[in-house]
Amino acid sequence: MKAPLSWLKDYVDIDIPVSELEKKLFDGGLEVEELIYLGKEISRCVVGVITAMEKHADSDHLQICKLDCGDEYGREIQIVTGADNVFVGAHVPVALDNSTLAGGVKIKKGKLRGVESNGMLCSGEELGITDDMYPGADVYGILILPEDTVPGTDIKEVVGLDDYIFDIGVTANRPDCQSIIGIAREIAAILGKKVKEPALDFNAVKEANDEAIKVSVEAGDICPRYIAHFVKDVKIEKSPQWMRKRLFLNGLNSINNIVDITNFILLELGQPMHAFDLTTLEDKTIVVRRAKDKEKITTLDEKEFELTENNLVICDSKKPVALAGIMGGLNSEIKDNTENVLFESAKFARDSVRKTSRALGQTSDSSLKFGKGVDEYTTEMAMKRALHLIDELGAGTVAETHFDISNGDKSVRTIKTTFAKINGVLGIEVPKETIVDILTRLEFNLEVNGEEISATAPLYREDVYSYEDLAEEVIRLYGYDHIPASKLDTAEVTDGGLNLGQKLEYKMKNALAKQGVFETVNFSFYSTKDLDMLHYAEDAEERNAIRILNPITENYSIMCTTLAPVMVNTIVRNYRNGNKSGRFFELAHVFKSEEASLTKLPEEIMTLSLGAYGDDENFFTVKGILEGMAEEFGLKLEFIKSEKSFLHPGMTADILVNGEVVGFMGRLSHQVEEELVLGKPSFVAEINYDMLKQHFGVSMKYVPISQFDEVERDFALICDENVTCGEIESTMRKACKYITEVNLFDVFRSEKLGVGKKSMAFNVIFTPEDKELSAKEMDKFTTKILKDLEFKLGIQLR
Amino acid sequence: MQSKIDSLRVEIEEALKGDVNREAFKAAREKYLSKKGIVPSLMTELRNFSPEERPVMGKLINEFKVWAEARFDEVEEGIKKAELEKKNSAEAVDVTMPGIRNNTGALHPITLVKKELIDILSGLGFEIFEGPEIETDYYNFTALNVPKDHPARDAQDTFYFSDDILLRTHTSPGQIRTMLSKKPPIKVIVPGRVFRCDDDATHTPMFHQMEGLLVDKNITLCHLYGMLDRLAKSLFSDDVKTRLRPSYFPFTEPSVEVDVTCCECGGSGCGLCKGTGWIEVLGAGMVNRNVLIECGLDPEEYSGFAFGIGLDRIAMLKYGMNNIHILFDNDIRTLKQFKKHDK
Repeated sequence: MKAPLSWLKDYVDIDIPVSELEKKLFDGGLEVEELIYLGKEISRCVVGVITAMEKHADSDHLQICKLDCGDEYGREIQIVTGADNVFVGAHVPVALDNSTLAGGVKIKKGKLRGVESNGMLCSGEELGITDDMYPGADVYGILILPEDTVPGTDIKEVVGLDDYIFDIGVTANRPDCQSIIGIAREIAAILGKKVKEPALDFNAVKEANDEAIKVSVEAGDICPRYIAHFVKDVKIEKSPQWMRKRLFLNGLNSINNIVDITNFILLELGQPMHAFDLTTLEDKTIVVRRAKDKEKITTLDEKEFELTENNLVICDSKKPVALAGIMGGLNSEIKDNTENVLFESAKFARDSVRKTSRALGQTSDSSLKFGKGVDEYTTEMAMKRALHLIDELGAGTVAETHFDISNGDKSVRTIKTTFAKINGVLGIEVPKETIVDILTRLEFNLEVNGEEISATAPLYREDVYSYEDLAEEVIRLYGYDHIPASKLDTAEVTDGGLNLGQKLEYKMKNALAKQGVFETVNFSFYSTKDLDMLHYAEDAEERNAIRILNPITENYSIMCTTLAPVMVNTIVRNYRNGNKSGRFFELAHVFKSEEASLTKLPEEIMTLSLGAYGDDENFFTVKGILEGMAEEFGLKLEFIKSEKSFLHPGMTADILVNGEVVGFMGRLSHQVEEELVLGKPSFVAEINYDMLKQHFGVSMKYVPISQFDEVERDFALICDENVTCGEIESTMRKACKYITEVNLFDVFRSEKLGVGKKSMAFNVIFTPEDKELSAKEMDKFTTKILKDLEFKLGIQLR
Repeated sequence: MQSKIDSLRVEIEEALKGDVNREAFKAAREKYLSKKGIVPSLMTELRNFSPEERPVMGKLINEFKVWAEARFDEVEEGIKKAELEKKNSAEAVDVTMPGIRNNTGALHPITLVKKELIDILSGLGFEIFEGPEIETDYYNFTALNVPKDHPARDAQDTFYFSDDILLRTHTSPGQIRTMLSKKPPIKVIVPGRVFRCDDDATHTPMFHQMEGLLVDKNITLCHLYGMLDRLAKSLFSDDVKTRLRPSYFPFTEPSVEVDVTCCECGGSGCGLCKGTGWIEVLGAGMVNRNVLIECGLDPEEYSGFAFGIGLDRIAMLKYGMNNIHILFDNDIRTLKQFKKHDK
């Protein structure tokens, strides 16, 4: 809310410096987001009187003036001007040597065609003002000031630039402060002063033809209050300068006296108003109703809208004439020849206005205000104020014809409580007198009876319901610096800290970080394009994603069903940023639902994704990361050859724990790597963390070190290409129960071995249980192992 | 015999003279001191002497033998020492060369901040609750005293899946879920992802919050301030000052913002704090009575406070990041910097 200091001063006597006021407003909950000094660009510009003029010898349009700028600046300053509206005796703005003007223009003394000029005479434009701000400022030429202006006076004081605009952040619970009067009331309360309420009196004249006007409200549920008043014999004119200046300082253009009155009241009281040209209303009728489906209206800004039953409209007997609370219709606009006006001051339900405004994409100062909330007290006050201004401006004759249709709750809310309850919220003892004083300053109606207090909030405060609200009012004016930081005084025991599952999550993250993997955080949504990127089939489960109804962009339009595309994007982005390698993981939810349109909460599955790329990465470095992580939880992962639409057919595996598939890993297919112009081998893995963690429960138990020596044997085997390491290992383990480790240490292929053959060398460790393993026993085991390998897998010893 | 010994002594000294190498040394030792070497062989000459002379000669020979052995040992010692020196110098390294180590990774800065806050607050007795990211209108708004027509719903530009189901706009639904599931005393924090329709230089459509809730009997604004002052000091430093100032949230009354003295300038005013000396770090307030009632708690019996912290904002403040998007770019050059962090 922008509030000019000069306007605030109309309602409250502000006798402290602006910086102090800014601080007090801040402490009271009205943060001054910006304090703008209107004259900040203007310096060393003062009132001067032309005492003498002569024509410049070398110019036919330049004049040499002598100026009296008072004792401080000089009584005989010579300035050359090209303007032709100046005369001896004129009071004018003088920009002295080294002065600055609007737009950062600097003025220095110099010579104009050989004649010394010690500054410049200014126009209104050069001071950054218009007629609305100061009469005569729009005149082409030098701004001629009134004769009573004193030479040497700072020009900012004369033209109204010695003023401040407070741009105040108003919280959503205080729509009443979205107005000059609201801010003034707060300042008055803070300073302990009385508010000078705006004048509301007017003279109404009874006329015979008044009776013909009809006003009714059909949609009372979304129009709790509708007040209309008839004004006749309207003279459309320019508004007086004081009103135009108020509008100008708040960034509004003056239009004509009637429209300006409605805009002025919106700023002053925070009540949006509207004025209809009565003669354009069919049957002189106003009906407040929901629009009919496909009904149309063209608003003042000449935009046409097709409406639905969700939109509240003001209609005459036939057609909509205004979008309620948003904008008037072009058909009932005030024109230069308008004579009869029907003023409207209403309260429309804030969500109705907001929804219509959003649905139609049409906003206005009025709709924004209604969206924040309007109180009925002000609705009533605003109509009186408008009629007062009609009278004051002589803009028309106020008739007696008045309509006031109310569907709202009129009950007065009185909070009955005790001082102890109020202080109980705060935890400090604010003295009774102080509480009474503060609430009185805030215009609460109080009844105090010993320790009990009944408080009725002023009618413009619809945010106060309970003693907690009173506590807030008290403390914000008493000062939050009275609140001491206190420890809890009850020693209630609570079970704090992470639960086991949460601890294991951190352990898992640290286990990955230990192996050079960096945690990433990505948005939980992506688009179907990301699924296309990884060639998911049309009927793939991953495409069954939950769609956001109002996404910001198509790129973030569906909830993630898999983290793989997100991880691939992380790799691609890093590669394109010039990073040669990287290892990443993310732990985040993916979202699954059977329903296309949600009626219940979907399943959120905690998912771990892993990605790695770079010249040093291969299938086994990435597999090793997962194995290393699993080992910290006492888990052994199993990998079974598999396939995925976006992974290398020869380098893809399902990941199993205790026989259950929990995820997959693999290298991106050559096709995908090429499509993404990825110049490094890239790997991704994804694990259903919720499933994985089910297996985490292993508790650490010490196993005594064997008293007997372990025995090692190396086996160099020749086998067919399609025999896997996993098959060999499990065959070996089955053949001898003493085997505790099977470590592959070499694989090679050669011409000598022949096509389709490979050699694999294993180091096998046998751990005795209760006695040493004898050479004879070892021979027996070896024979059995080799026999099984040959029989089951056709493997020969090399 | 004496003369023979003398000439042998000269001969041995000659053989061990200078930088004798190990091979020459071994050969000389073999030649003079092995079982059949020259020195032990002198004993065989004893038979050429008379029995009276033999002990004298034997003693001479023995003394010579002891001398020779000592001499060889001494030289061998020197050779060993020289050899070790040579080996050591050959093995010497440039200690300034880089160490060889496993490359480690790091947790994401948001995780680091979250963990730090959890550590502080779990030490103060808070448990950690994680609610769903997709929520119902009831938990996200209605139960939190944000009715359908409330302007706060606009301010929070919500992503919807249907009229009733949405992406949570804050972690506050965790308050409701906790209060509905257990009785006071309640001390809980709810960290997690939250979502709002905002994507510009200073906003991302997804970010992170941590909600805090404490409900018990006789909880006051002073307790709120005490707890949050402690939290801010633990998070930044014991030197920071905090202040409360009035604010508004539908689910708390009174509502406050908590500011801390600027970590950049210490309160004197700088670009980061826009010259005010203060930085806003969290919003808080006394739990609104309507929220307590909605959760089946009697506001005349119980009171409490709630607070909400933006984890991304804290990470940016703590680590001096000027742009929230850095947190979601996941560039490894950024992530690598978080191998080192203070806590």
